[in-house]
Amino acid sequence: MARSEKNPNRSPQRIDRRTAIQWVSAAAATFPLSRGDSFAAAAPSATGYGPDPDLTKVYQPGELWPLTFSESQRTLVTVLSDIIMPADETSPAASELGVPDFVDEWISSPYQDQKPDRNSILKGLDWLEEEAKRNGVDHFVSLDAETQLKICQDLAIEAKKDRRRFPGSFFYTLRNLVAGGYYTTPEGMRDIGYRGNVAMVEWNGPPQEVLDRLELKPQE
Amino acid sequence: MPVISPEETQPSYDAVIVGSGAGGGQVAYLFAMAGIKTLVLEAGRMFDPTRETAMFHTPNMAPLRAERTPDKQYGFYDASIASGWDIPGEPYTNAGKEEKRQFAWWRQRMIGGRTNHWGRVSLRNGPYDFEMATRMGVGHDWPISYDELAPYYDKVEMLAGIFGASEGIENSPDSSPGVLLPPPKFRAGELLAREKAKTLGIPIVPVHRAILTKTQDAERLPKILHPGNGKAQRLLAENMRMRAKCFFATDCHRGCSIGAAFDSMTVFLRPALKTGNLDILPNAMVHEVTVNDEGRATGVSYIDKVDGGEHHVSGRTVVLGASSQESVRILLNSRSRAFPDGIGNDHGMVGQGLTDSVASSLSAQIPALENLPLHNEDGTVGQQAYVPWWRAADQLAGKLDFPGGYKFIVSSGRKMPRLSTGRSFDSLSEAEGIPFGHQLKEEARRYYGSFIGIGAQGAMAANKDCYCEIDPDGVKDQWGIPVLKFHWKFSDDELKQVADQQRSMRSILEVLGGRVSRSYEDDPLAGVKVGGSIIHEVGGAIMGAKRVESVTNKWCQVWDVPNLVIADGATFPTTADKNPTLSIMAMAWRAADHLIGEMKKGNV
Repeated sequence: MARSEKNPNRSPQRIDRRTAIQWVSAAAATFPLSRGDSFAAAAPSATGYGPDPDLTKVYQPGELWPLTFSESQRTLVTVLSDIIMPADETSPAASELGVPDFVDEWISSPYQDQKPDRNSILKGLDWLEEEAKRNGVDHFVSLDAETQLKICQDLAIEAKKDRRRFPGSFFYTLRNLVAGGYYTTPEGMRDIGYRGNVAMVEWNGPPQEVLDRLELKPQE
Repeated sequence: MPVISPEETQPSYDAVIVGSGAGGGQVAYLFAMAGIKTLVLEAGRMFDPTRETAMFHTPNMAPLRAERTPDKQYGFYDASIASGWDIPGEPYTNAGKEEKRQFAWWRQRMIGGRTNHWGRVSLRNGPYDFEMATRMGVGHDWPISYDELAPYYDKVEMLAGIFGASEGIENSPDSSPGVLLPPPKFRAGELLAREKAKTLGIPIVPVHRAILTKTQDAERLPKILHPGNGKAQRLLAENMRMRAKCFFATDCHRGCSIGAAFDSMTVFLRPALKTGNLDILPNAMVHEVTVNDEGRATGVSYIDKVDGGEHHVSGRTVVLGASSQESVRILLNSRSRAFPDGIGNDHGMVGQGLTDSVASSLSAQIPALENLPLHNEDGTVGQQAYVPWWRAADQLAGKLDFPGGYKFIVSSGRKMPRLSTGRSFDSLSEAEGIPFGHQLKEEARRYYGSFIGIGAQGAMAANKDCYCEIDPDGVKDQWGIPVLKFHWKFSDDELKQVADQQRSMRSILEVLGGRVSRSYEDDPLAGVKVGGSIIHEVGGAIMGAKRVESVTNKWCQVWDVPNLVIADGATFPTTADKNPTLSIMAMAWRAADHLIGEMKKGNV
């Protein structure tokens, strides 16, 4: 349920969200996004971890290079992360697994490969705040949960149509980072059904119930 | 004798070996065990797999979820340091402009070389692979037969510890009884693929890999490998007892702190150092083999990467095991009055005959594998099942339109997730948009691990378009050493092979009921992987029966310089449909045996 249906006359200049997304998409198609920093703050200057890092150390986001998010951006990404990977009866929400910190680490990377993602995410966060204003509040996080979800659903649809076109591209990038960041934690691995990374005395192949399901004979 | 600095080198050695990986490490081991005073020069630093590997770390413990970066080009946890296709200060150039005219050159600058990050697939070349010119009319024959190399395959397999089965497959030779370790059981997807592929007449059998599925027989094997050499037997037995069997977790590419997976440091250099006959000089970038007026090798010149200084070390014999193209580069840069165009290059053959595995891949989602009861599918993490080339007879009968065979590596199961896992279910999702939220979590649980991926790697004969030379424009690396320029072009033979790979992979995935990703039967140039990207490149100083068409003789001695031996893949006249590493080690063993004999006879 969008606000425009509730209060159609509150802001005569408002366009509905779907239209806004389509406009931006059309504009993006006409003027392909620059890979430069035109939409986003320059990445903090830092170097990478070099060709010979300590492989055995456990690294924390922010330890190797400075992070980017302001308090309000961090709050926004936390809300978005938990929309993308919410808690359920078997596993926690993304924010409980430190995923927003990973997103910040990723977009703050000194390597070139992450620069397009940085631009996309920062520009997308700005866009969401503008979208909140079009909905009559200052911040996306102030919207009710239902509206937040609806905006994300619309972005997801745009992303499916064309994952390179803003703002769908923003949501595609953020979803990839949040979901990928989630499944690369031990809790996320458990949730998706990975049961390995455990030292075993023997490897016996798949259990009988699996062989039965696939109508396979036991191995010698 | 230990790990040393340039100031600590001896005035002269019996043998100076350049490189510490599969080839150089193998020769160093044999020389040290035989009492030959040996120096190994390694272009990178020492690396201790027992302390420096992060075997059980999950990606969230690494920067950027352990994804590839320019600093770690195979991912953060890969046991490659200061290594990659692009190393700052160590350029190479390409003559071709288009992507598929490029050659990508991986360099591994660390002790043990590429044996640190290798998938450990260890397949023997078969008899036909030594006679591609005779059988198929392309490329070169090897000057040796399979039967001449077979005993060395047995020895390497016993020393390294290789699992696998003997299946009696044409041109995929069995090992002698008692040599191989038992293969791991197949995963569910591999079992299903084996059953379904049978209906197509395509065999899926256990792959061979250098991983201990049981501890080595430290009583029996040292006596077989070092008859009459009590000290070598004792040191090898001791080293075998230090290696644990696989604990069926963690990717071998991370390195193996328990010594279950083979690497040169763990298997070759650790016991070799204990003989007292081996010095290792790390951070030494060799650029030239020096020769005397008679054209005999006298040692090598190198740059100490620590202080940038130029040094020389003398040896009665010199062995190049720097990796195929680095050894070629050293030969070409070794210009002297005796060899104005580089050592071994009188007929312009150095740099010629560059080949690599011809590779493509295809994957599919298999509905039958959805929602399988959860269980640990790590096994020996990585490849367990493969399709050996099954149409050698058809090929010989002229029924195929390309000359080289290929093999498939089949992978399946719930592997440790990576960053890309979050977006890997989009094409399967029933959501109106890209999936997120509860829907993504449910679909991920359903689809995760329901994919089967097939990777094809095929044979390649030398052709006139694939070679390297010293960059004619004078490009040098940060040490002032002239760099290589690569020339690369896939011939129709390779492209037809790739089209056939794609057709065969598709047929397997379709008989599994899979939803197959885009395949490239119709556009093999788009489907073939870039030359060098599989890191199987060989050739450039090929062995042969005649001087005019080769660089070394059948003992890997450079024709005109009998005390200079090439122990890496540079001597391989062709790439077989098998991975090269096991053959590099077997060839190096054979060359080392011969050189030891020649040294004893006083011939070198």
